[in-house]
Amino acid sequence: MIAYLIRRILYAIPILIGVNLLTFTLFFVVNTPDDMARMQLGIKRVTPDAIAKWKQQHGYDKPVLYNTGATGAGKLTDTIFFEKSASMFVFDFGYSDDGRNIAREIQTRMMPSLAIALPTFFVGLLIYITFALLMTLFRGSALDIAGVALCVVLMSVSGLFYIIGGQFMASKLWHWMPISGYAGGLDSIKFVVLPIIIGVAGGVGSSSRWYRTIFLEEIGKDYVRTARAKGVSELHVLFRHVLKNAMIPILTGVVVVIPLLFMGSLLTESFFGIPGLGSYTIDAINSQDFGVVRAMVFLGSVLYIVGLILTDVSYTVVDPRVRLQ
Amino acid sequence: MMPVMLWTDALIFLLIAMGIASAWWIRQRPHLMLPWQRVAKSRVGMVSLLVLSLFILVGVLDTLHYRAALPEKNNGQTVYSPEVLSAFDALVSGLRSRTEKTYSAPLAAYLYAKESIASPDGKVLRDYPRLKFGGSHLGDPERELAGDVVRRALFGALGGLLVGLLIAVSITSFRRRPESSKSKMPFFQTCWIPASAGMTNKTWRAMLIAALIISALIGAVANLATVYHVLGTDKVGQDVLYLSLKSIRTGLVIGTVTTLVMLPFALLLGVAAGYFRGWVDDLIQYLYTVLSSIPSVLLIAAAVLMMQVVIEMHADWFDTSAARADVRLLCLCLILGVTSWTGLCRLLRGETLKLREQEYIQAAQAFGVSSFRILTRHIVPNVMHIVLISVVMDFSALVLAEAVLSYVGVGVDPSTISFGTMINAARLEMGRDPMVWWALASAFGFMLVLVLSANLFADAVRDAFDPRLNRTEATT
Repeated sequence: MIAYLIRRILYAIPILIGVNLLTFTLFFVVNTPDDMARMQLGIKRVTPDAIAKWKQQHGYDKPVLYNTGATGAGKLTDTIFFEKSASMFVFDFGYSDDGRNIAREIQTRMMPSLAIALPTFFVGLLIYITFALLMTLFRGSALDIAGVALCVVLMSVSGLFYIIGGQFMASKLWHWMPISGYAGGLDSIKFVVLPIIIGVAGGVGSSSRWYRTIFLEEIGKDYVRTARAKGVSELHVLFRHVLKNAMIPILTGVVVVIPLLFMGSLLTESFFGIPGLGSYTIDAINSQDFGVVRAMVFLGSVLYIVGLILTDVSYTVVDPRVRLQ
Repeated sequence: MMPVMLWTDALIFLLIAMGIASAWWIRQRPHLMLPWQRVAKSRVGMVSLLVLSLFILVGVLDTLHYRAALPEKNNGQTVYSPEVLSAFDALVSGLRSRTEKTYSAPLAAYLYAKESIASPDGKVLRDYPRLKFGGSHLGDPERELAGDVVRRALFGALGGLLVGLLIAVSITSFRRRPESSKSKMPFFQTCWIPASAGMTNKTWRAMLIAALIISALIGAVANLATVYHVLGTDKVGQDVLYLSLKSIRTGLVIGTVTTLVMLPFALLLGVAAGYFRGWVDDLIQYLYTVLSSIPSVLLIAAAVLMMQVVIEMHADWFDTSAARADVRLLCLCLILGVTSWTGLCRLLRGETLKLREQEYIQAAQAFGVSSFRILTRHIVPNVMHIVLISVVMDFSALVLAEAVLSYVGVGVDPSTISFGTMINAARLEMGRDPMVWWALASAFGFMLVLVLSANLFADAVRDAFDPRLNRTEATT
């Protein structure tokens, strides 16, 4: 298992290099730093001096890949590629356009993101699986059909609607809780409840339907028939046999997402004014802060790869037949 | 009038041509017709197809673009307006041109905001002014409005119902052709014939009822829309109904052209990875792991930001603003396609890995059939059901994604009318008092109908094509 993990981590390195090269190409080769400077400064009042100054401020005034002016190792290290892209491997993201350290910013913004994402994830999982099990229990009945119809309708509604509608109802009609904002410590609870409810509600349709399909596939198998033939009650069959055996497909979809929870939800956070990583990303996109977007892309892919490895590990937990080697 | 062919127009026509060609191809092969006949048996599927085809009709009409000739001439040469219009715009020119000053509620006769109005006797008072177009035929709107709306809606609905019935009757009589001639009929006719397309009387009846309801609705709305703003007007006084209908094309383009872009990648790479294995497989797996490891919103955002820079830098490439917005839409489709092919690619690779161990492939290999021929003759046709299912399933997800991306600021051009830009513009209006809800509600409503019917149709297609699903249904 240890050997397997080490191999997986080593395998992650070429992928991260690929991600890095891809973002590098997108940000520096397709568009030269000159273009970016012109874009940032506005097309009209742009002078070569202003461009040079902007590039110098943001550290884009170096050669892209190979510095002929420098000596020794500096030929490779004193370049945009080394400073902006290669340094990401040690999680040194540099500075954003407003002069803050991106790595520190990510650390402080992680907590609010997690305060919303973690409860949403676990409460959501519980509710979706319960709902799906209920539909499976009453499969083929009117209740099941109504449930599936509800799911299809819910998943056809735009995610934006849940946020806008939920915000409107809770804050305008019922004067429940603040419409947006965030506070540290225990005060955060009243800011966090609404985003969590909306986050859970937004996923009911597609997730429950998906789990129902998984359970239905499992319930048609022979071991279930055997269990019923032994006289095991239907509830017992569902919870002890079907749920356990459906764990592998469920985990495949679920565990990958866990590390990405750090990234926060873009929409929820920006609508509710929560100072997490999601709203950080949106702000960066809107203000065209390329440094932050690049950092988030890299962070996102690192977390995704961690998620893939965790998925494999989780298989060994739920299914003793799976051996990682 | 000068016809204009934008990039997305060309791709849509290509898609339509491909659709017709494959329909013709399938019609000639009974084994390929079989699953479609199962689709035709599904009542929900066929009714949602009916709704979808209305959306597609609007979208296709909105795709026939032209630039109108201006009355004045320049040295004998006709001058064309810089504004690119479509056949749909011409059809509903009333809706497009009747703009008010600012917000007005659905079916209102008065403006949303108070203004200083000079009364005939010279006094100035602040009141809600009458709309320029909405309900302008009424003498005293406060008394007559409700009665007039109901009357017009009823007459419109009756008219729509009548037209719907006429069409239904003509199709039904068409349907009762003698048995012997059926086999020689073109494809679209066979679709309507229960005996050969598997459509039962039940499906037929459901579709008829749905068609009548829809035609009554269209009739009522059309009749009201001639003198009212049925869904109100937005901040700059544009008719919300017009905006909603125009958004349909953008949604359809995002949903279909993206697929068109992604399909060759996914099919070629997925099948090649599964069939050749070895280093080809390693390389392709590496490629899609890299792409899918970047959170898609971020990758899309990064790519769209870069595309914006390119478009800003090369403003001279485009002769009209519509062409520019269109290229941006196309780029968005390309980017969405590049980020979304990985899922299908993985599925196809897995399926091909399974298929290549089958006896018939091994037999073909033993006979010395070339790899290319095995791929095209044996593998690709046998993975097509996966392609089809994932294409129809992706459609609705893409339509929904467009709205989110436009909100994030990396969606379509702000001048392109789409559900996303509508929602984005209307988002802050909820805070007004009295609340301006109609723009938001119509954008969400239209989107819901489009996505819901697409989802239901996709379910019908999946049920008919997925061999695994059929088995589970049989056992439960």
